[in-house]
Amino acid sequence: MTTKRTESEAQGDIKDALLRAYPPKVARKRAQQMQYHEPTDDLPAKPIKANTRTVPGIITQRGCTYAGCKGVVLGPTRDIVNITHGPIGCGFYSWLTRRNQTRPPTPEDANFMNYCFSTDMQEENIIFGGEKKLKEAIQEAYDLFKPKAIGVFSTCPVGLIGDDVHAVSREMEAKLGITIFGFSCEGYRGVSQSAGHHIANNQLFKHVVGLDDTPQTHPFAINLLGEYNIGGDAFVIEDLLQRCGIHLVATFSGNSSFDFFANSHTADLNAVMCHRSINYMADMMEKKFGIPWIKINFIGAEATAKSLRKIAQFFDSDLLEQQVEKVIAEEMPAVLEAQKRARRRLEGKTAMLFVGGSRAHHYQTLFKEMGMKIAAAGYEFAHRDDYEGRRVLDSIQVDADSRNIEELEVHPDPQRFKPRMADETKARLEREGLKFSEYEGMMPDMDPGALVIDDISHHEMERLIDRYRPDIFCAGIKEKYGIQKMGIPCKQLHSYDYGGPYAGFAGAIEFYEEIDRLVNCRFLKKLRAPWHEVGLASSGLAAEHQVGRVETEKGGSDSSDVDYAA
Amino acid sequence: MLLRHTPTEVSERRSLTINPAKTCQPIGAMYAALGIRDCLPHSHGSQGCCSYHRSTLTRHYKEPVMASTSSFTEGASVFGGQSNLLQSLETIFSVYKPRVVAVHTTCLSETIGDDIPQIIAKAKEEGKIPDGAFVIHANTPSYVGSHVTGFSTMVKSMVDYFAEPKAPTRAVVADAGAPRLNIIPGWVEPADMREIKRIATAMGIQALVFPDTSGITDAPFSGRAEMFPAGGVSVEALATMGDARATVALGPTASAAAASALELKCDVPHETMELPIGLSATDRFVDALRRRGGVQVPAALEEERGQLLDVMSDMHQYLYQKRVALFGDPDQLVALTEFLMDLDMDPVYIVTGTPTKKFEDRIRHALKDRADRAKFKQGATADMFLLHQWIKNESVDLLIGNTYGKYIARDEDVPFLRLGFPVLDRIGHVYFPTVGYRGALRLLEKMLDLFLDRQDRDAPEESFELVM
Repeated sequence: MTTKRTESEAQGDIKDALLRAYPPKVARKRAQQMQYHEPTDDLPAKPIKANTRTVPGIITQRGCTYAGCKGVVLGPTRDIVNITHGPIGCGFYSWLTRRNQTRPPTPEDANFMNYCFSTDMQEENIIFGGEKKLKEAIQEAYDLFKPKAIGVFSTCPVGLIGDDVHAVSREMEAKLGITIFGFSCEGYRGVSQSAGHHIANNQLFKHVVGLDDTPQTHPFAINLLGEYNIGGDAFVIEDLLQRCGIHLVATFSGNSSFDFFANSHTADLNAVMCHRSINYMADMMEKKFGIPWIKINFIGAEATAKSLRKIAQFFDSDLLEQQVEKVIAEEMPAVLEAQKRARRRLEGKTAMLFVGGSRAHHYQTLFKEMGMKIAAAGYEFAHRDDYEGRRVLDSIQVDADSRNIEELEVHPDPQRFKPRMADETKARLEREGLKFSEYEGMMPDMDPGALVIDDISHHEMERLIDRYRPDIFCAGIKEKYGIQKMGIPCKQLHSYDYGGPYAGFAGAIEFYEEIDRLVNCRFLKKLRAPWHEVGLASSGLAAEHQVGRVETEKGGSDSSDVDYAA
Repeated sequence: MLLRHTPTEVSERRSLTINPAKTCQPIGAMYAALGIRDCLPHSHGSQGCCSYHRSTLTRHYKEPVMASTSSFTEGASVFGGQSNLLQSLETIFSVYKPRVVAVHTTCLSETIGDDIPQIIAKAKEEGKIPDGAFVIHANTPSYVGSHVTGFSTMVKSMVDYFAEPKAPTRAVVADAGAPRLNIIPGWVEPADMREIKRIATAMGIQALVFPDTSGITDAPFSGRAEMFPAGGVSVEALATMGDARATVALGPTASAAAASALELKCDVPHETMELPIGLSATDRFVDALRRRGGVQVPAALEEERGQLLDVMSDMHQYLYQKRVALFGDPDQLVALTEFLMDLDMDPVYIVTGTPTKKFEDRIRHALKDRADRAKFKQGATADMFLLHQWIKNESVDLLIGNTYGKYIARDEDVPFLRLGFPVLDRIGHVYFPTVGYRGALRLLEKMLDLFLDRQDRDAPEESFELVM
C-alpha cells in the first residue's frame, strides 16, 4: 500500500476504472475517446476520437440534430417564426428551454421566441403524408403574424415518410412573398447536435445571408459568430464592443434579427466564439464574400482583453487600439480585485468540465484566473479540431455519418466578393501574431497529464468523480443533480443555472463569485447529522459511508456560527 | 409583452398548434417506468428524444433522471433498429445492471415499424438478458395521444408483463393481515403517491400502488451516486397484483387501461374514478377504499376532512364566483373543476391538448349547471394560445396550469397557480401533495394566498385590511 506508484500506472488505473464495466468492444471504442494530454508540436499527435456514434445503451449527454439546428442556431433569432414539422414533442421540449435572451428594440417589434409553433403531426399525417398540413400551418402562421420569415424544421418521421419540406417552403415562399426555408434536421441525421449546427449554417447562408446589400459605412464593422446570448452574455459583449467603437453588424445568433443576418456579408471581419457550431458559416462567408475570420473568446477577463486587442489589431488602427486599451483599463481594476478575493478562497482547487463544443474550453480560462486546476475536460459533441486544433483537419476521416450532411460548394460572388485587406497587410499582421482562420483547440491550453474525454458517459462521469473528488464539476441539466447527490457542486454551463451573464469583464467577476459560492457553500459541511458521528445511524447518510467533503470535528457540532457560551 | 403577437380575435386554426397544452407519449412512458424499482427506462429512437425527456423530467423534479437510448443514426433509420436495441441491452446489463429495462418506442422507431417483442425475444435467445432480469415494452409513437397516454400505456405494460394469475392460497394469506387492494395512482407526483399510501395505510388497507415514483424522483441526498434509488414498486410486488380484492384506478385517462387489462387477465374487479383532488373526489376515493376493503374510515381521516370543510367555510367569501382558467391534463382538469365548483368558484375556460373523446363529457359533468357558460376544448388546437385569446376577450381571476402559464399570467396580470406537468420554476409539487384532504387544503391555501396577496396589493389605502 505504501509503494509510490508511477504516474502512468495511476493513469492506467483510472482509465481502467472508467472502462472496466463495458463489454470489451465498447471499452475499446471508448478508450480511443479518452487520453491524457501530452503536449506536442508534431503531427500526428496522439489523436482523440471524436464526433463518432455513441454506443447504443450508453447514457450520454448528447442530443440530436434537430436540437442543434432549431434549438441552438436558429432558436435565438426573435423575428423568424420557427415551425417544427412533426409530432408535438420536439417543438415542446425546445420551447424556451435554452435561455437565449433577446431584446427587441421597441415593444412593437417582433419577438416570437416565447412561442412554440408545431404542425403537431397525427397518425393520419404519418400514413398519408404531412405536406398538406405543413402548407396549411404556414398559411395560418402567416395570416396570424405576418412575419418576415418562416423556418420549417423536420423531425425524425418527416424524413422517413418523405415529406419534402424544401418544396413546400419554396411553394409557400412564392405564394406569400416572404422568406420561407426548410431544414432537413431530422434527429437521426448525425451523431449529435453537431450535424444540426452544420445544417442550420447551410440554410442560413443559402437563404438569408446577403439578402440586403445596404453598404457598410462604419470603419470597424464585424460579425460575432457562435454567441447565443445565454443568460445575457451577448448583451455584455455588445456593450463592450460599442464602448470600444466597434460596430456589430450581426450576431449569429444571440439577440439577433433576420435583418442583421441579411446584411451580415457587409462586415469586414467575422469574430468566431463557438468554433464548433458556426465555423461553417465563417468559412463560407470568407469564400463567397472575402470576409476573413479570427477566433476570439469573451469568456474570461484575460481572454476578453486579448480578443478585443485582436480585433483592434485586425483593423490596424491606432484610434481603435487606444479606445480598446481605454476600455480594458477601465474594466481590469475591478476584475483584479475580484480575482484576488477569489484566489484566497479557491486557489489550488480542482475543476472538471464536460459540456458543449466550446464551453469546456472557454470556461477553463475563468477557472485558471482563480488559480484553479483543470483535472479533466471534454466536449459533448465536438470534433477532433476542437480538441487538437484545425491543423488536424486534413487528417480527419470523413465517415458515413458526416457524409450525410450537405457540404455546400461555395464560390466567390462575382459582384460582391471583396478582399478585406491587401495580401501584404495580412502577411504583416500574421507575422505580428494575428492568426487568421485558425482555432488551436482545447488541448494546447491544458496542463500535461490532464484527462481529456470525448462524449463522456454517465458511468464514466460517476467513476471519475469517485476517483478524483474534484471541487467542482461543470456539466448540463441531466448531469447536475446526480453529481450533487455525490456531494460535489455542479455548475451548469448550458443554462448557467439561470444565472450569468459570465461573458466579458463584468461576467468574469460574476463567475468568480458564483464558483466561490458553490465550492465554499456551508451546507456541504453539514451533510451529516450529529448522530451519524456517534454511530447511531442505521441507514441513509450512514457513518460507514464516507461523504468526501465532510469535515469531522471533535467535540460536538460544527454547525453553529454563534458561540452560545460567550 | 411576452406574448405580444397573440391577437384578441379568435380565428379558426386547423393545422398549426401554438403553445401546446401537452407533449408527446414517450416522456409519459419514461416517467411511469421510473416508478418501478431498479428499472432503467429505455428510449428506442434518436438520442434527442431521450435527452429532451430526461432534461424535462430533471427540471421538473430537480433530481437525476436515468434513462438510456438506442441512439439511432441514419443507418438504423434505413435498416431498422433491431441491432441498436440488441446492442443497447448488452451495454445496459453490463454497465448499469438494472432489474428491469422498460423500453418505449418513439415516432422514429414506430414509423420504421420495429417489432419490439420480437427483438426482446431475440435478445433473450442470444443470452443478452440475464436471469432474473426483465425487459418490458410499450408502444408510444409521438404522433398518437399525448404524454398522458404514453404514461397509461407503460402502466398497462406493467400489468401485461408482471401480473400473475391469482394464487388463491397466497392471496388469502396475504389478505389475512389487512385487505389487499391495488391502487393505480395516475400521473401524479411522488408526494401524491406517498399521500395515497398514507391514506390507505390509515384505513388499514394493504395497498399495492403502481407505478410509484416516491423515493425515486424525490430521493434524499445520499452522498453517493445511485443509479437506482431505493424507491419504486418491485417486480415481486407487481407479480402479486392479481391477488388483490380489487383495483382502484385514479384518473380514467392515465389509469383505466391498466385496470381493465388486469381485470381481464387476473379477474380483479376494478373501479375507475377521477383523481382524488378536492373534497368530492377524495370522498369518493376514500369511500371506494372503504367499500372495496371492507374497512371503516378512521377518525384521523374524518378529522382531516373536517378541517378542509372548516377552511372552506371560513374563507368562502374570498373564493366565491372567482373566474378561473385552467390548462393541463384531462384527469387533473376534471378533478380540479369539480373542486372549484365545490368551492363555488367559476371555472370558465379549460383546455387540454390531450385528445380524449370523453373529456368534454367529463368536464360537462363536473361543471353541472355552469357547463353552458364555460368554454372547454380538447385536442391539437386546444392550446395555450387559444386559452390566452379567451382570457384576452374576458379576463379571469386565476390561472391554473404548468409553468408555461407564467407568460400569460404576467402579460395579463392574472394570479397564477402552478399545477401539472411540467413545473420548472418552483419546488413544492415534488414534496407536498395535492391529492386527499390534506392536498385539497394545500390547494386552498395556495389559492387564498394568491387572492389575498392580490387584494393587499391592489386595495386603496383606506380599505387595506389587517384581518382577513
